[in-house]
Amino acid sequence: MEQNILEIRHLCTSLFTEKGELKAVNDVSLSVAAGKIVGIVGESGCGKSMLARTVMGLIPSPGKLVSGEILLAGRDLARLSRREYCAIRGKELSMIFQDPMTGLNPVMTVGKQVKEAIRQHSAVSTAEAERRTIKIFESVGIPDPEKRLRDYPHQLSGGLRQRVLIAMAMVCQPRLLIADEPTTALDVTVAAQILRLMRELCEKGTSILLISHNLGVIAQICDDVYVMYAGSIVEHADPITLFENGLHPYTRGLLNAVAALHRNDEVLETIQGVVPNLLHLPAGCSFSMRCAQCRPDCADHFPEMRRVAPGHEVRCHLVSGEEEA
Amino acid sequence: MSGVLLEARNLSKDFPAGRKRFVHAVAGVSLQIREGETLGIVGESGCGKSTLGRIMIGLIEPSSGDVLFRGKAFAEMNGNERQACRRELQMVFQDPYASLNPRMTVRDLIAEPLETWKICSGREETTRRVLELMQAVGVPGEFLHRYPHQFSGGQRQRIGIARAIAIDPALIVCDEPTSALDVSVQNQILNLLRELQRKQHLSYLFISHDISVVRHISDRVAVMFLGKICETGPTEELFRHPRHPYTRFLLEAVPQPDPRRRTQAALLLGDPPSAIQPPSGCPFRTRCPYATDRCAGEEPRLQKTGGTETACHMTYEST
Repeated sequence: MEQNILEIRHLCTSLFTEKGELKAVNDVSLSVAAGKIVGIVGESGCGKSMLARTVMGLIPSPGKLVSGEILLAGRDLARLSRREYCAIRGKELSMIFQDPMTGLNPVMTVGKQVKEAIRQHSAVSTAEAERRTIKIFESVGIPDPEKRLRDYPHQLSGGLRQRVLIAMAMVCQPRLLIADEPTTALDVTVAAQILRLMRELCEKGTSILLISHNLGVIAQICDDVYVMYAGSIVEHADPITLFENGLHPYTRGLLNAVAALHRNDEVLETIQGVVPNLLHLPAGCSFSMRCAQCRPDCADHFPEMRRVAPGHEVRCHLVSGEEEA
Repeated sequence: MSGVLLEARNLSKDFPAGRKRFVHAVAGVSLQIREGETLGIVGESGCGKSTLGRIMIGLIEPSSGDVLFRGKAFAEMNGNERQACRRELQMVFQDPYASLNPRMTVRDLIAEPLETWKICSGREETTRRVLELMQAVGVPGEFLHRYPHQFSGGQRQRIGIARAIAIDPALIVCDEPTSALDVSVQNQILNLLRELQRKQHLSYLFISHDISVVRHISDRVAVMFLGKICETGPTEELFRHPRHPYTRFLLEAVPQPDPRRRTQAALLLGDPPSAIQPPSGCPFRTRCPYATDRCAGEEPRLQKTGGTETACHMTYEST
């Protein structure tokens, strides 16, 4: 039995706005096995970034963790105090963000920023911190590391900045790296380099939770995929099953939209309608008002996550579960 | 064959970068867009594709070279001709959140170009035309008095398109019109652009970093690298048989949405070179695995090689 580094159980995060409670993350359960890359795919506003921030203990105001467990190697992060979280964040759990410019301090050299991350978690000398910084820069593929660590962020290209952020996140050898759209702001040739780097990190033993809206990225590097829609997980499968036998109508809609573009169809397939307002979610299935196969009872009951095969789960009334043996 | 609508002749644009240095954003680009056709410009950030688009509709003056609309250079036009030409060339911008005035209603936003060009007489006729345009781009008429913040990104982009087509232009420059949108919505906008092109005989200069989007919408494609066109040709030919090494790496780097086809191909290393001090000779040679001494000494010119035109010494020799 493989061990799970991260296990999220029935996690709910809500934003308490003036207009009412907005359920940004709604009863999400997922697990990340050791040494795997697990993807979360969904469109903007589906709650995937809020999920990442909840795991990091960085929920922006007016958000609050409402219920659920976040087990990192068996320890429940949801119960940690702020001080306990600070000791873990950066050491056992790290995150890289979409925009490599805003993640770095513009008035500090990148070397100093990485050294700061090292000395936050281990009492080492300045010389030792510098030695480790050079080593980590080499391992993430930053050329000429001795010289680069004296550069300021604006002197680096987007790809190098993202490598610095990855270096900073990896420097304490965390158990889990959360990557929120790590390649979205990068050019395609540079993005391909970063994806390969993430694959290498994973092979060296770091588990990665990768958040992306790009099905191409998900298909290329993930071992396991969760599809998120309007705050909930609607489907979970390995990438080959998902791309070839995705069952949820939303998953199929997304895949068809991308496939049509890659096949270069004359008229491209789309998903009708827009993402529902999370303040006024329907009582039943949150995809029901956009679903072409919607049945009258779909809008009444929120569907359960059903197991259709080992490792393949779907949240849809139209899909019948695996027969209980 | 239909006539040439808009033509760039040896366009260059330098922006001052301080200390008497210049960013060579566009460096000697020539291209033609025929009536009713879509020319796609693809390239990575900083390759000069947006600057080129803005020069082509007269938003930026080129440092050298000419833009010709229906055979007449911008520089040679008098005031009236220049004005008439502006009406024919419109633009749709990347960010539908930034390109609409947040304090104007949809009605006023779409009416603005109609009023500027005095196309409708009176308020009622203008509103009627606004409603027609809203219908054409798929925004429900009951939203006439709403403000931009009440719309989703896709609907805002539809409003931006309605503004561009309001005065019946001949050509629209679309600068990354779907980059800020989700994939399902992106497809809706691409379908809309195609439908409008058929109905109104529009030409597009379609700028994007997204290769699959450009492939879908374009009749011909030009690949840009560091201010220059490195390969251009009919879309299918260019995508099936790319000849320039940069085009090949660019196509190879696109993550395919197929988990059975995981890329193991060689990656293009390094980052794009600086546009302030571009390399001598071929601009791509510092990243190109095939570069030779000749590439450093002599700049390759666009030449017909097979189905496309390429600017690469290696491709001339192999044909």
